[in-house]
Amino acid sequence: MSWETIDRTTVAEEKLGPGLSAAAREKIRTFFPRYPSKRAAMLPALHIAQDEIGYCSLRAMRDIAELLEVPPSAVMDVVTFYTQFWTHPRGKKVITVCRSLSCELMGGKEVLAALKEKLGIDEHQTTPDGKYSLVTEECLASCDHGPCMQINEKTHKCVRVEDLDRILSDPDNDKISMPRSDIFDAPQKT
Amino acid sequence: MPYERVLMQNVGVPNSTSLQVYKAAGGYQGLVKAFGMKPGEVVDLVRQSNLRGRGGAGFPAGVKWGFLPIDREITYLCVNADESEPPTFCNRITIEHDPHMLLEGILIAGYATGSTVAYIYMRGEFMEQFHVLQKALDEAYQAGYFGKNILGSGYDLECYIHRGAGAYVCGEETGLIESLEGKRGQPRIKPPFPAIEGAFHKPTVVNNVETLACLPHILTRGLDWWLSLGTEASKGPKMYCISGPVNRPGCYEAPLGITVRELIYGDDFGGGMRDGKKVKGVFPGGLSVGVLRGDIFPKPPDGQVDPAKGYDELDCILDFDDPRHYGLLGLGTAAAVVIPEDVDIRDVLLNVTRFYSHESCGQCTQCREGTNWIYRIARRIQSGAGRSYDLDLIAELTENMGMMPGLSICGLPDGAVYPIRTLVQKFRAEFERHIAAQTPDAVAKTIKAINPAAYELPIQEGRALAHVGGSMQEIGDRL
Ligand SMILES: Cc1cc2nc3c(=O)[nH]c(=O)nc-3n(C[C@H](O)[C@H](O)[C@H](O)COP(=O)(O)O)c2cc1C
Ligand code: SF4
Ligand code: FES
Repeated sequence: MSWETIDRTTVAEEKLGPGLSAAAREKIRTFFPRYPSKRAAMLPALHIAQDEIGYCSLRAMRDIAELLEVPPSAVMDVVTFYTQFWTHPRGKKVITVCRSLSCELMGGKEVLAALKEKLGIDEHQTTPDGKYSLVTEECLASCDHGPCMQINEKTHKCVRVEDLDRILSDPDNDKISMPRSDIFDAPQKT
Repeated sequence: MPYERVLMQNVGVPNSTSLQVYKAAGGYQGLVKAFGMKPGEVVDLVRQSNLRGRGGAGFPAGVKWGFLPIDREITYLCVNADESEPPTFCNRITIEHDPHMLLEGILIAGYATGSTVAYIYMRGEFMEQFHVLQKALDEAYQAGYFGKNILGSGYDLECYIHRGAGAYVCGEETGLIESLEGKRGQPRIKPPFPAIEGAFHKPTVVNNVETLACLPHILTRGLDWWLSLGTEASKGPKMYCISGPVNRPGCYEAPLGITVRELIYGDDFGGGMRDGKKVKGVFPGGLSVGVLRGDIFPKPPDGQVDPAKGYDELDCILDFDDPRHYGLLGLGTAAAVVIPEDVDIRDVLLNVTRFYSHESCGQCTQCREGTNWIYRIARRIQSGAGRSYDLDLIAELTENMGMMPGLSICGLPDGAVYPIRTLVQKFRAEFERHIAAQTPDAVAKTIKAINPAAYELPIQEGRALAHVGGSMQEIGDRL
């Protein structure tokens, strides 16, 4: 990404993106009793915001800053440090391919190349229909099942190039089959 | 005699994540036993067991707990579940298959250290594992194992899972604490160590998942059992991981002290190489400890260990001390990845250097710039434009990074130095062979491929070089 300077006092309204819903704010507040400082609820707050909006928008960062009683720059500081937080919209499903040594030795590079070709996008890009974004990550701690990749929550293990069509065409390829905890999810929209 | 699995006793048992199954197998008895002792006695027991941290540094847990100030009011316990060292996955196995063993370990450690709140810092990529652990935690809360007056002992402990968001350096204990406090995960200058001033400026204990998972067994099976396992200075069982092209990649438990050869070829472990290939090299304890030569090299005729000579090093014993004789950092996480004979060592170097250059948090100049510089050199070598003095340059750079020469805040660059230095030293002949086989115009070709404009602009070759690979030029040259 090229450098972009943001002056939050003059930034155009439409660049701020969506803000947090009242329910999301309420949910973030439920994290406060866990920690001795409000600021410590930063990562949970960002997880919730990202789940609700799809990425960490400037307005959401501003909302979180207000909730946690820190300057907005402190929130942006954190967002830009962690690789899992997005500062711009992403696809509905994010494919994260492991690129560390074990997976590479087992054919991770070929899987990544095939994915790029099938989706027609490069790393850090999103398909035009907004369905998939593609990123790589260092070791996902499933090295015994290399090469592996995650689609949102679901880890696909021992992925071979010939499996990709099947995986990509499965509408539930990002769903896990186990009881979920919604603590870090956005509040259900009713 | 086959070894009886302890840390992995519930792996493969149906429904092993449920409280019921865990309790039926004798779960939470260690906690009951601990509650029958004074906290100080538990600390003493752990100190006598010489339980060394499984997170990488190998620091004795009992001694670490002993550093806590006596007159402290609040103590926090942080559980390091940020497992991001490639290719380590033993903590994942524990959390996935036996979350209650970890929770019991947390309770025992919390009781021994007088902690009131435990935070499990879990890496953000652990999704399924998060749901498993959260469910187990809810179950344990319901059964009265967490909260107020646990099992009528008068001891209170709250436990929360804190999810990270993708950063290797948050596994470093002070990086973890910073991240927990809602900041960038940049490690702190030590001292003060976390035991004195850690999370929220209060005394804090940071322990790895596996370290804590050992505690219930030390209590229930006793010190004698524990001390009967392992080697001289490394006691107890360990979950060894093996990955790469072996027949049975996975996590296997054994008493500390098996050799790398056993881990790769043993029928109870890796089961040999796929397609009968030979081993070129192996990172025996996570990338950060460095690399050993494999069995494509001849065996040492006199059986002497000398990493300067080009002999097979697979007889290295995986305990806390022996790897040092082979020029490695230590045991690390005891997770091995095997490089087969047909892999280009330049690709390995590139992958390893990219990891550290990506994960450096950027606070310390030599770590931020050094890891990146070595990565660019590795890229140049890999693309067929290497120069033999690049190898010397890498060697020199690795001398000037890290905590050991006193140049950095955390141990990440030390973890970068060992694999990079040992790769270049132990496989120098292969690098030299590749470099000698390069065509004379390889450099120019590579530059052209990477940056065609370099040849259309009226600049000298030297400047183009600086553009692509490197920082080799004098500053004046680059202006
Ligand atoms: C860069 C870096 C990354 C680390 N990553 C981890 C990790 O992912 N998991 C872990 O348990 N320890 C990790 N450690 C080691 C911790 O700093 C610390 O030694 C450990 O959590 C202490 O626990 P133990 O005594 O139970 O091993 C890392 C250290 C460094 C320098
Ligand atoms: S040594 Fe590297 S990773 Fe550690 S604090 Fe310094 S810059 Fe960050
Ligand atoms: S190397 Fe890919 S998951 Fe560990």
